[in-house]
Amino acid sequence: MINSFYLVTLLPLLGFLINGLFGKKLKNEKLIGTISTLAVFIPFVIGVATFFELLSMEPESRKVFLNFYNWITAGSFSVNYAYLIDPLSISLVLIVTGIGSLIHLYSIGYMHGDPGFAKFFAFLNLFIFAMLNLILADNFLLMFLGWEGVGLCSYFLIGFWYQKRFTGDAAKKAFIINRIGDFGFMLAMFYIFTNFNTLEISKFLEGITSYQVGEPLLLTIALLLFLGAIGKSAQIPLFVWLPDAMAGPTPVSALIHAATMVTAGVYLVARTSLIYAMSPIAQQIVFYVGLVTAIMAATIAIKQNDIKKILAYSTVSQLGFMFIALGTGVYWVAIFHLITHAFFKALLFLGSGSVIHGMHDEQDILRMGGLKNKMKITYATFLIGTLAIAGIPPLSGFFSKDAIIFETYKEMGIPFMILGLITAGITAFYMFRLVTLTFYGKPRYDEKHIHPHESPSTMTIPLIILAILSVIGGFIGMPGIYGMPTYLRDWLEPVFEKSNAILQAIHPVQEPSHATEFLLVGLAVLTSLIGIYLAYRKYSKAEVFEPAKGFGKVLENKYYVDEVYDKAIVEPIQKTSEGFLWKIFDVKIIDGAVNGIARYISNISFDWRKIQTGIIQDYSTISVAGVVIIILYLLFI
Amino acid sequence: MIEINYYLLTSAILFCIGVIGVLIRRNAIIIFMCIELMLNAINLTLVAFSAYLGNINGQIFVFIVMTVAAAEAAVGLAIVIALFRNKESVNIDEINILKW
Repeated sequence: MINSFYLVTLLPLLGFLINGLFGKKLKNEKLIGTISTLAVFIPFVIGVATFFELLSMEPESRKVFLNFYNWITAGSFSVNYAYLIDPLSISLVLIVTGIGSLIHLYSIGYMHGDPGFAKFFAFLNLFIFAMLNLILADNFLLMFLGWEGVGLCSYFLIGFWYQKRFTGDAAKKAFIINRIGDFGFMLAMFYIFTNFNTLEISKFLEGITSYQVGEPLLLTIALLLFLGAIGKSAQIPLFVWLPDAMAGPTPVSALIHAATMVTAGVYLVARTSLIYAMSPIAQQIVFYVGLVTAIMAATIAIKQNDIKKILAYSTVSQLGFMFIALGTGVYWVAIFHLITHAFFKALLFLGSGSVIHGMHDEQDILRMGGLKNKMKITYATFLIGTLAIAGIPPLSGFFSKDAIIFETYKEMGIPFMILGLITAGITAFYMFRLVTLTFYGKPRYDEKHIHPHESPSTMTIPLIILAILSVIGGFIGMPGIYGMPTYLRDWLEPVFEKSNAILQAIHPVQEPSHATEFLLVGLAVLTSLIGIYLAYRKYSKAEVFEPAKGFGKVLENKYYVDEVYDKAIVEPIQKTSEGFLWKIFDVKIIDGAVNGIARYISNISFDWRKIQTGIIQDYSTISVAGVVIIILYLLFI
Repeated sequence: MIEINYYLLTSAILFCIGVIGVLIRRNAIIIFMCIELMLNAINLTLVAFSAYLGNINGQIFVFIVMTVAAAEAAVGLAIVIALFRNKESVNIDEINILKW
């Protein structure tokens, strides 16, 4: 199957071209939807086949390089269009194409009747193409192509309903903030090329092993790459674009802004884990950034009222958890959480889409309530997703989040573990606040005009499949204590082998006893249950919502981060642009210089043109005078 | 046999008269005649050298110059006539509109 692996990226590209070029002529929604869903589903099937092919190999040799052609050559600089298939990339390919096809299927129902139906699917296919290139790339440049490609598609899809002004603004915000991260990525590439003379990831990772641990060069590259990861994965301080990105259609939020694209940063750090293992300071920074983001986003989510915004902040917070895992040096746990998060967060977003669809585009949870009986499938699946993210055993989120908290305890000590636990408790709280306000209690919407209804089956089938995955997804990576096989860890082991060995050498960690581990599990479940209980008690009977006071108001306003950025960055830039760059620099200096030169020359010419008298004898006199001078010169000098 | 120097001197004087005529006279026809004078001064030089050096090339060249002069005379006089029709004058300093 590896021979036909090129189809994995070719088909989404074809789907994009067909729908992009002929979508308007096809007019048939079913046909368009089927084409683009198949363009993602067939790659998924190929991916599964490739997965089994890799599985049948020896663990050490599970690394297949596919070189398609020489992409760019200039002097000593040479880049191939080449893919690397290894356990890490194939896992991500399965997630992207698998969840991608479900979301494509869901979108057929969700986008029904939209004038931009074909365009939407074209962009989704293009996104899948770019994302797969990002994942499979064997060199940083090709990865950057995918990296920019997903950013571009994200921009297109956030601003999909471009008639509304704020979607355009949100799209621009996402794109511009991502540029800051891309800038880091590019600088990292320049550094890598000048120092290692290659952009191939595997050669680069081989190259750095000859360096000392903690070398400044490695630290610089690691931090620059991490800047890219921060931008794409919406971590502090660049997380502000993700909540605004919810202006796009809900399937986009589920696919791009929850399950796949935003995890690209996590993937990047995991892919280059060796360099983080070799620069402990960078590793620490990854940890702290993840921790602060997780706490901050979780607390903001408590006070939000837009169903999608809550999920957006929840995504930021969960991505923070993934970076915590990367920061503690247990890379496979980050990938584990990435996978389970993709399941349950896609489920939650699609569920919220179903709610929004049924409520006729209402997104404010304060104006919902009592939907439990009206939308049974949505309710049941949404509840499963919520329990999964809250970390209730044996759902998928429980295992991955528990593993992260356990590793935090092991590597960083008790205080950080407590912070992690509290954040997990807050997660349970805000998610149950969301569920309670949406599905329980009495209806708070206008019952005369709004009649909530269950969504069509193209939308509920993906929900059910994702709910099943959210339930069983955790079993692939259970920690050792349950006496079950740890599939995911063994599967990813060859990828992270070197990094783990180096980490062990620098900083050996004692395995805590099983009793401690079970105690931690108990604590984690307990905090989640407390969170759930508090949320249910507080909101199940609530009918009147008073405006938030004190710290609650700070949370409601998202710590005023946007306002601070506005005041500190946007406004000064606007003011200098308008007051100085435009009115002084452009008008006075640039225009002044150009016009001044023109005027000066025109003034000179005004006098000098008078030598053109028009009288032919003047001209011939000068000409003869010239001849005479030349003759005199030749005769006497 | 007259020395070549006399021929050359005569030719130089004729040429200078032609040049000065072109530069200072106003009447277009006189300027025109001065140009002819310059051409013939050159012809004289060519013939003189041809005889002096015993080389026929100079005389052949004189024929070419005369042909050109004849053609030029036809065109030049036509221009003068066209000018006179437009401006009722062949005064060269009144014909000065080709300028800024």
